[in-house]
Amino acid sequence: MSKIEIKNFNLYYTNFHALKNININIAEKKVTAIIGPSGCGKSTLLRSINRINDTIEGVHTSGEINISGENIYDEEIDVGILRRNVGMVFQRPNPFPLSIYENVAFGLKVNRIYSDRNIINETVEKSLKAVLLWDYAKDKLHKSALGLTLEQQQRLCIARVIAVAPNIILLDEPCSSLDPVATQKIEGLMIQLNNKYTIVIVTHNMQQAARISHNTAFMLLGKLIEFDKTEKIFTNPLIKETEDYVSGRFG
Amino acid sequence: MKKIINTIIETIIFICGILSIVFVVLIFGFLFKEGFAFFKDYNVIKFIMGQFWYPDSNPALFGILPIVIGSILVTFGACLIVVPIGIMDALYISEIAPKGIRDVLKSSVELMAAIPSVVIGFVGMVTLVPFVKNLFDIPTGLTAFSGSITLAFMAMPTIVTISEDAIRSVPWQYKEGALALGATKWQTIRRIVLKTARPGIIAAVMLGIGRVVGETMAVMMITGNSAHIPNSIFEPVRTMTATIAAEMGETVRGDMHYKALFAIGLVLFVITFIVNFIADLFLGKNKNK
Ligand SMILES: Nc1ncnc2c1ncn2[C@@H]1O[C@H](COP(=O)(O)OP(=O)(O)O)[C@@H](O)[C@H]1O
Ligand SMILES: [Mg+2]
Repeated sequence: MSKIEIKNFNLYYTNFHALKNININIAEKKVTAIIGPSGCGKSTLLRSINRINDTIEGVHTSGEINISGENIYDEEIDVGILRRNVGMVFQRPNPFPLSIYENVAFGLKVNRIYSDRNIINETVEKSLKAVLLWDYAKDKLHKSALGLTLEQQQRLCIARVIAVAPNIILLDEPCSSLDPVATQKIEGLMIQLNNKYTIVIVTHNMQQAARISHNTAFMLLGKLIEFDKTEKIFTNPLIKETEDYVSGRFG
Repeated sequence: MKKIINTIIETIIFICGILSIVFVVLIFGFLFKEGFAFFKDYNVIKFIMGQFWYPDSNPALFGILPIVIGSILVTFGACLIVVPIGIMDALYISEIAPKGIRDVLKSSVELMAAIPSVVIGFVGMVTLVPFVKNLFDIPTGLTAFSGSITLAFMAMPTIVTISEDAIRSVPWQYKEGALALGATKWQTIRRIVLKTARPGIIAAVMLGIGRVVGETMAVMMITGNSAHIPNSIFEPVRTMTATIAAEMGETVRGDMHYKALFAIGLVLFVITFIVNFIADLFLGKNKNK
């Protein structure tokens, strides 16, 4: 069953046609990787799924993105509710300049999910445990999140998303500012999370895509070139550009 | 040859740098000397708590309480007006306004900063003063209230431009992170943008207040210059700066009145020093982040 259905989707930055007629069905509770050379539109596609592109002046779209059968570009969609359901982790860790606790509680507060302090505290604890940050942070909950290492900050950003109980988590090159050890830890975390959430991850790191994803989409110049099981994309792709890219002949 | 020119230029720059320090020290020295000389002949408590400023009576009375209250009242009133408007203006310019409006607003705010205070005072005198008189049906429009409004105008550019800088320097990633968690634009502004920019905004307010406290021309033209303790903001008041400016010409160099004006200068200096110090504290905090 597919969770996210992207149908004839186009996106323009003012006059620049950045996504060209994308069609893709993303399966539920699987990890889907989006790969492709820099500037091919991976981030743009990912950012279309929670409509965070709406905040950029001059962006307009056509086509549909259906999540659980509902077109999120429909006029009646409440983007607040959409974004709560579709969490996003960014390329550079971007914790708020608040305490660790306030970072995780932020989504709960702005969405008015809980007002009971005890439940908020529990949710903060649960979310930090889910990203394996609790043991480290439990005595430092009210210290600034900016004092954490980059890896811990990225974990915190994932915890902050998990706290509002999304169904889908979008990650845009979440390890690109981390060292290999930290990368490995974050990857481990994603593998742990994947039976609970539908995960879409953009990565320029093909080993990473191969290691953690079930399905892989390859993009080039705003177009979706090929989409299949990760194994197939990396061993026996149908299309020549895909093969050239995954075998490292360009990129 | 090159070396000599270099040395000469370096020396000139060095002297210029030293000169600016020397001037500041000289000004302070002079202010302190004349100001403290006054307290040799006049009790400090009588000076600060005295309710009457009668420099020409016999014996002369130099109580600055009315003019201190006048200054505080006018300044405080101006802050009440300018702080909320200034911050909201800065927010509107940096976060909400579409590009066209933003550019127009920004340049008009900058233009406002370029208007000399005497011009603002004059325009206030011929427009605002009669307006206030008629609106509240009071004997004169030359009141603390009119002074506050005029000063609010003058502090506006400082507060708007510096707050706007602070708000604009909040990283886009913070806002994106908040929006991506389902926060509305307003929640993002209130919980993230304002909180992050707060040290800069406080510094902006302090610098704005500094400008208001030290302002002379406009308040002299608009507040009515009556050195008595007012019962409300709709009465004429006189400020410390206006007192110094208005009376310095009447004094004889070295007499009590002359020294008393320096003593007022000293009090003003202490007040602006504190305000600037607080502003610096917050600005420094902002930069260390
Ligand atoms: N805000 C923007 N305004 C205009 N063009 C943009 C903007 N963001 C991205 N683009 C353009 O859209 C294309 C795709 O960008 P992006 O999705 O960031 O690529 P990727 O993530 O695959 O590196 C690029 O050519 C980029 O220059
Ligand atoms: Mg990208």
